[in-house]
Amino acid sequence: MIVQSLSFYLFATLLLASGVMVISARNPVHSVLFLILAFFQAAGLCVLMGAEFLAMILVIVYVGAVAVLFLFVVMMLDINFKDLRAGFLQYLPIGGLVGLVLLLELVMVLGPSLISHSALETAAAAKATAPTVTNTEALGHLVYTHYVYLFQASGIVLLIAMIGAIVLTLRHREGVRKQNISAQLARRRQDTVTIRKVTTGGGI
Amino acid sequence: MDIGLGHYLTVAAILFTLGVLGIFLNRKNVIVILMSIEMMLLAVNLNLISFSVFLNDLTGQVFSMIILTVAAAEAAIGLAILVVYFRNRGTIRVEDINLMKG
Repeated sequence: MIVQSLSFYLFATLLLASGVMVISARNPVHSVLFLILAFFQAAGLCVLMGAEFLAMILVIVYVGAVAVLFLFVVMMLDINFKDLRAGFLQYLPIGGLVGLVLLLELVMVLGPSLISHSALETAAAAKATAPTVTNTEALGHLVYTHYVYLFQASGIVLLIAMIGAIVLTLRHREGVRKQNISAQLARRRQDTVTIRKVTTGGGI
Repeated sequence: MDIGLGHYLTVAAILFTLGVLGIFLNRKNVIVILMSIEMMLLAVNLNLISFSVFLNDLTGQVFSMIILTVAAAEAAIGLAILVVYFRNRGTIRVEDINLMKG
């Protein structure tokens, strides 16, 4: 139990510290790298809670796809980031105020604990007596039966996002020579090749 | 000391607040704003997962997967729009994005 507490505090501290670094790092590349660290810490918290499948999905989707996408865009666009950073401190008072108010509101929701303790206790008791099924297996049973339409819908969302991203970024450049297969296949021999009789010493 | 639901919810709340603060602080940099949105979505995911675990109801984790999907789609589309915008205008300053104002 002490190991669990220690690892919770380790993961939570690192998560929040890397969150602070994401929003305050001077270089956006560093921001993305700290974002990756934050995702890893969140995955650690999920493992600690016992949601292993979500933790792995978090690492695969966020670190493997989203963060790498951010890294590509930050590194490939030639942006003057120093210019973008001007006025960082100008927004600190209003941003800090809004953040503080939001945090206070969230804490006020958490403080009186709207979640009934009896529900938590019955859930804990049910978990203790439940048959031992791994998290992944239980989630699979649920996703492929009860929530199968939702699962398919999320697939459609990803498909539409993929098509949208391709359509947005595809461009036709002028002056690029490409293979035109139908034109190649439509060529006939008599259009392109002629047989001439070459006279000796005369040339063509 | 036992780690309960409140601990996880507190971490998620602070992370969400950090995301909001990031949007306010980096008003000019769209990339950092997108990263802050990702962080807020991560906080929401943590909330859903912790409730799902502590209430012993797997539905929350299913919802968390859906949010993950939408977050990935949102990042892809957002960055694609960003790339197209940079290609056309040569800058990504948020104040300069006012073409639709008329």
